[in-house]
Amino acid sequence: MHIVVCIKQVPDSAQIRVHPVTNTIMRQGVPAIINPFDVFAIEEALRLKDRFGGRVTVLTMGPPQAEDALRKAIAYGADDVILLTDRAFAGADTLATSFALAQTIRKIGEEHPVDLVFTGKQTIDGDTAQVGPGVARRLGLQLLTYVSAIDTLDLEGRSITVQRRSEGGVQVIRTRLPALITMLEGSNQIRFAGMDDMFRSARFEVPKWNKERAGIEDVSKIGLKGSPTVVSKIFTPKPRAVKAQMIGADLDASGTANAILDILSGQHPRLAQELGLITP
Amino acid sequence: MSENTAAPAKPKGKKRLELDPRLAAYKGIWVFVEMERGQVHQVSWELLGEGRKLADILDVELSAIILGGSSEELGSAARSAFTYGADLAYIVADPILTDYRNEPYTKAMTDLVNKYQPEILLLGATTLGRDLAGSVATTLLTGLTADCTELAIDPDNRGLLATRPTFGGSLLCTIQTLNYRPQMATIRPRVMAMPDAVPERRGRVISENLQMQEDDIIAKVLEFIPDEAQEQAQLAYADIIVAGGRGMGKAENFRLIWDLAAVLGAEVGGSRPVTHAGWLPADRQVGQSGKTVRPKLYIAAGISGAIQHRVGMEASDVIIAINNDPNAPIFDFATYGIVGDAVQILPVLTDAFRSRLAVNRRAG
Repeated sequence: MHIVVCIKQVPDSAQIRVHPVTNTIMRQGVPAIINPFDVFAIEEALRLKDRFGGRVTVLTMGPPQAEDALRKAIAYGADDVILLTDRAFAGADTLATSFALAQTIRKIGEEHPVDLVFTGKQTIDGDTAQVGPGVARRLGLQLLTYVSAIDTLDLEGRSITVQRRSEGGVQVIRTRLPALITMLEGSNQIRFAGMDDMFRSARFEVPKWNKERAGIEDVSKIGLKGSPTVVSKIFTPKPRAVKAQMIGADLDASGTANAILDILSGQHPRLAQELGLITP
Repeated sequence: MSENTAAPAKPKGKKRLELDPRLAAYKGIWVFVEMERGQVHQVSWELLGEGRKLADILDVELSAIILGGSSEELGSAARSAFTYGADLAYIVADPILTDYRNEPYTKAMTDLVNKYQPEILLLGATTLGRDLAGSVATTLLTGLTADCTELAIDPDNRGLLATRPTFGGSLLCTIQTLNYRPQMATIRPRVMAMPDAVPERRGRVISENLQMQEDDIIAKVLEFIPDEAQEQAQLAYADIIVAGGRGMGKAENFRLIWDLAAVLGAEVGGSRPVTHAGWLPADRQVGQSGKTVRPKLYIAAGISGAIQHRVGMEASDVIIAINNDPNAPIFDFATYGIVGDAVQILPVLTDAFRSRLAVNRRAG
């Protein structure tokens, strides 16, 4: 069995803050991490490998420094990684990104045919959740988004049964391999990197593929040229002018709690009525 | 939406849109009406309200696209769609479409688009809407902008201006789809206002057949496990939300969040670290990568207020924040702030609410 996991290196948005005076974002010192949603995809792929054997290849498209994310994937236990990096990919939107990734996966599959592609449900920087469905469509893979559990995998029979989150419930769905799965967060917990894998990752020579290596000839389908969407404007959101009114600085917990209730009753009578704090 | 705008490159400036004549034939605005087990998702009506405004600016028709298994249900959804502003409903009724599956829904939608050629196609940014939108846009090879918070029309070229948060919500960017049609966008529940229904409004129905047999479809739905009432997170539409963050310390402490929520009749939410750690189910995450909420009261316990969380909840009427760090960013935009350990304050707050509500219930 061969699983390809698509990940992205992103800035840790939890550590981005808006400058209180200039209302511009402060990016300095914000570390680059593996997109947290993709970590669940890596772990799920490794679990399948633990159970069924086979190999896990982790793929990312990005600038040369995205190598760090792939090295981390090796430390978790990936067998191989590929960094798809080429200036020609710059400015790609989700459609162009899905084309480049799909071509690369096709190329990877020439050597080791691919049974499953995993990815996170979305990234924390773009937040689009569009690349997974796009890659599946381009490769003709069965698409399984928001998967919370893999119930069965039958490699001989080429079938897979998963639970996937849908509006109002969970769908249990069975389909055929090859398939692309986007993993729901919280569905597993990433393992600790083992000593051997950590040593291996430190020494690992990360293969870098340019567009030729990935078998991409048509440059009109990648990068800015291959992107139907363009960004016409970037701006910062309007700041909220008022800071919180602080309650209970000189009170104990019970005094603070009652102070909050008094404020709700006094300042927000309609809300307080709906809560039942005051009677009409 | 550009993956790369996340690390914002230089804005490209406004480009003149000279549409290929073949694309200029694309006319009208479509809204995908999402049906789940006979129920229309409210986001669909919100989008019809927004679509109506855009259709009036462009002077074109607004259509509702309704796919599903039962023609009665679809007919009833179409009648509702007319009251919310649709002029026209395209309906594809087929038992194959009873449960949502990517393949037949993508087929039904792309066939409709290719035949009737809308210039704009809007979908709700739900799990279903996002799954479908990504596949449809890739099949049609057109642009798709996710999670828009504002839609407008470029007066110069009649193109769609789709504004969305990026970079975890710290920036907004406006995206255009140039020489491709339709221009596709998804919008989250609760971002656009719910329009008023005009009960006497009517429209036309166009029915199409699905060009697919059950045998053509590989994926089979074996079972649908509906959420139990208590598990069913109706966060987006909740009036009161009690939410917890990493400051709750450990999973077990979330009992305190649930306790307060039970007393208030509130929904429970959380920040990203909490759903990633499995302390709460994923669909309870509030924020840029979770749900957008706008309750009347939002109680944030042990949540620092990172931008990614903030963009999902700052439209709440009243925000009460409890955090032990007096410099936590949440105090920059909460209505009321309490500096302290949420794990200690929550039970006391729950007791205070409980006793005061009990008194009023007796009095009332």
